[in-house]
Amino acid sequence: MNSFQKKLLIGLVVMAVVSPIGIKLPELMKAGEAWGEWSKDKIKEMIGYVPAGMEKDSEIWKAPIPDYNLGDEKSTFMVQALSYMLSGAIGIIVCGGLLYLLSRLLVKKNE
Amino acid sequence: MHIPDGYLSPQTYIPFYALFAGFLAAALKKIRSVLSAQTIPYLGMASAFSFLIMMFNVPIPGATTGHAVGAGLIAILLGPWSAVIAVSVALIIQALIFGDGGITAIGANCFNMGVVIPFVSYWSFRFIKGKTREGRRVIAAAFAAGYIGLNVAALLTAVEFGIQPLIASEAGRPLYAPYGLSVAVPAMALEHLLLFGIIEGLVTAVILKFFLISDPASIHAMKEE
Repeated sequence: MNSFQKKLLIGLVVMAVVSPIGIKLPELMKAGEAWGEWSKDKIKEMIGYVPAGMEKDSEIWKAPIPDYNLGDEKSTFMVQALSYMLSGAIGIIVCGGLLYLLSRLLVKKNE
Repeated sequence: MHIPDGYLSPQTYIPFYALFAGFLAAALKKIRSVLSAQTIPYLGMASAFSFLIMMFNVPIPGATTGHAVGAGLIAILLGPWSAVIAVSVALIIQALIFGDGGITAIGANCFNMGVVIPFVSYWSFRFIKGKTREGRRVIAAAFAAGYIGLNVAALLTAVEFGIQPLIASEAGRPLYAPYGLSVAVPAMALEHLLLFGIIEGLVTAVILKFFLISDPASIHAMKEE
């Protein structure tokens, strides 16, 4: 890794540290979910019922850290912010690690 | 733009899985020839960058949120095929670990954000930049590339949502995403045209500028003229 790449890596870590802006700002501005990413409860509120297929498929997967949050919607901002930062760190390690392994594998086969 | 589980019917998400699998296989083949000791660290960092930038939810006050994807920038820096891999890995991790985007929708989400944005942005950038090597036109081309790429992906996502009531309804009631094209397309298109596309354009232009100063030789879209 050259010095420019090291700088970029530091930039990524800084992004993870300041990432809670990504939850605080929408909260301050009373912005709801992204379009088309509503919860089942919200859908029910919006159209009066939960479509049958959605009811069946929406809980097909239990993610270990749903919504980048180790607590829940009612947790304090501190819990949510720390969860968010930790999620960012996991993202750096897992994405970086997977691609590093994949590249090694592909390059080895290449030689 | 992360479609959750339960919003797409199987007759939509299965073909998108197949389509994405085709692009992924092609990408794995293509990147072999461009990978080198210098570019390997960039690929991992690009994926992490895409993961992180998507965490920065930008609000439209009182309404909704959206975010940049960084996929156009990655395509310009590392080439569209490398961007396919980097962005898709980020999206798959988001779905599996954080429930952001559905498991059934991985094919559609990876196609929309991980395939469409890289190719649209990459070719927009090269087309708008023309033969220019530096200066304002390159930066403007980067902004436009990010803006166009995200908007094309948003429109495609809106169409995927919007066709659900047409293709998957029972007794007049939609089974999956409930809003038709006339609601989904204007909603998704407007918010991306007015705000999120601009954010994507700015991210693309600012970071490309940074690369132009610090490591211009590594920029894929500036090579192989």
